[in-house]
Amino acid sequence: MATNNYYDPADLRKFGSITEWSEELGTKFFDYYSKVFEEGALTAREKSLIALAVSHTEMCPYCIDAYTKDGLQRGITKEEMMEAVHVGAAIKSGATLVHGVMMMNKVNKLDG
Amino acid sequence: MLKLKTQSLHKRESELAQAKRQLEILSNGIFQGGDLPTFANKINETQQYPLRPKKLEILQINVGYMCNQVCDHCHVDAGPDRTEIMTKETMLECLEVIKKTSAHTLDLTGGAPEMNPNFRWFVDEASKAGIKDFIVRSNLTIIRANKKYHDLPQFFKEHNVHVVSSMPHWTRGKTDKQRGDGVFDKSITALQALNAVGYGIPGSDLRLDLVYNPSGAFLPGDQNSMEKDFKKALLEDFGIQFHNLFAITNLPISRFLDYLIASENYEDYMYQLVEAYNPAAVSNVMCTNTISVSWDGWLYDCDFNQMLDLKVASKVKHISEYNEETLSNRDIIISQHCYGCTAGAGSSCQGTVSG
Repeated sequence: MATNNYYDPADLRKFGSITEWSEELGTKFFDYYSKVFEEGALTAREKSLIALAVSHTEMCPYCIDAYTKDGLQRGITKEEMMEAVHVGAAIKSGATLVHGVMMMNKVNKLDG
Repeated sequence: MLKLKTQSLHKRESELAQAKRQLEILSNGIFQGGDLPTFANKINETQQYPLRPKKLEILQINVGYMCNQVCDHCHVDAGPDRTEIMTKETMLECLEVIKKTSAHTLDLTGGAPEMNPNFRWFVDEASKAGIKDFIVRSNLTIIRANKKYHDLPQFFKEHNVHVVSSMPHWTRGKTDKQRGDGVFDKSITALQALNAVGYGIPGSDLRLDLVYNPSGAFLPGDQNSMEKDFKKALLEDFGIQFHNLFAITNLPISRFLDYLIASENYEDYMYQLVEAYNPAAVSNVMCTNTISVSWDGWLYDCDFNQMLDLKVASKVKHISEYNEETLSNRDIIISQHCYGCTAGAGSSCQGTVSG
């Protein structure tokens, strides 16, 4: 059903249907995706928190929805979730600020 | 002193206190409109309809709905204001069945079963029947609620009772949010008292298992991972040990259904349950190996059907006329709440039902 919003929470449930228009690539993607989140050198719990932080830096509403719920299912506390979000935010703001060095280099070159 | 979160739906005279209203909600809306398949249609896809019992393994007896807690998501709608308590006469009828049942597990539940005035007598008598696994579902805080309950760990030990206790999380905040202020601290003290008499210690025959159910509108995570996290946190923070963790899915009935509707999570939760449907879990759902007995002696396929007043579809409907062979020939009554037992790895009073 059409909505007036670009993002519809119900669309998250349809994510799997992307495979219908490209079975090979869709299947490969979902196989890869589920493999990535399996327990490995990192625990599935740690991966869930990383995914939550990245969901925020990517500002993906679907991902935030999914990985908040995933965290709750794993018993992750809201304090742990917020710390993960701050890690993402710190990297995001740091990534902005570190470009200040480029600005400083340019100023120094042109007007030093 | 525990701070009770609320009153039971019955006390509040909520329409959801009525089983009929709950069943209407579970059959209408997204299920009536065809957005989601009914449970009957779903299990029929794999030729598992009608659901039939297998060998009886567990006799679960609910000795009353009275409880010292009023937890957010209680499927029993238990609380101090519930007066339904099994009488000694019904207990005597249960004892006759316990003596001859082929079930290997006897599972006493409530409410807080310890609040039944004849609880200790009943445990004493039932333990003489020599059933292999004798479970009492204790909410833990009852052990610390009143001096008369302080010796329960020793009492359980003397009767070789297998203690199964609810513990929603290893942190105070999440536990008290679901079960009431003060529940976490009292539960910790109770677990330490159980450990002190030998319960839950690795290698000990005194079994202590914990039950985890989610604090909100989401499904439980992987049972083994949760168990590791619980064990690590409870040991490090409080020196507490236990044997196994059972991860149980909240079924959309009673107070949890009330919460889902009030928080506008009902449809999303039902979608979650249906999307997580696992056909492999169907053949092991607990209604296939359990008989549930209510405080007034009626028989049900499971504790959830008991709360929905869905008595067994059998000529034998009451403990007074109990006959295992006749009961084994029944069809199990299902509705959309059954999706709660078939989501993911499946869910039962003994935790997940498939690997």
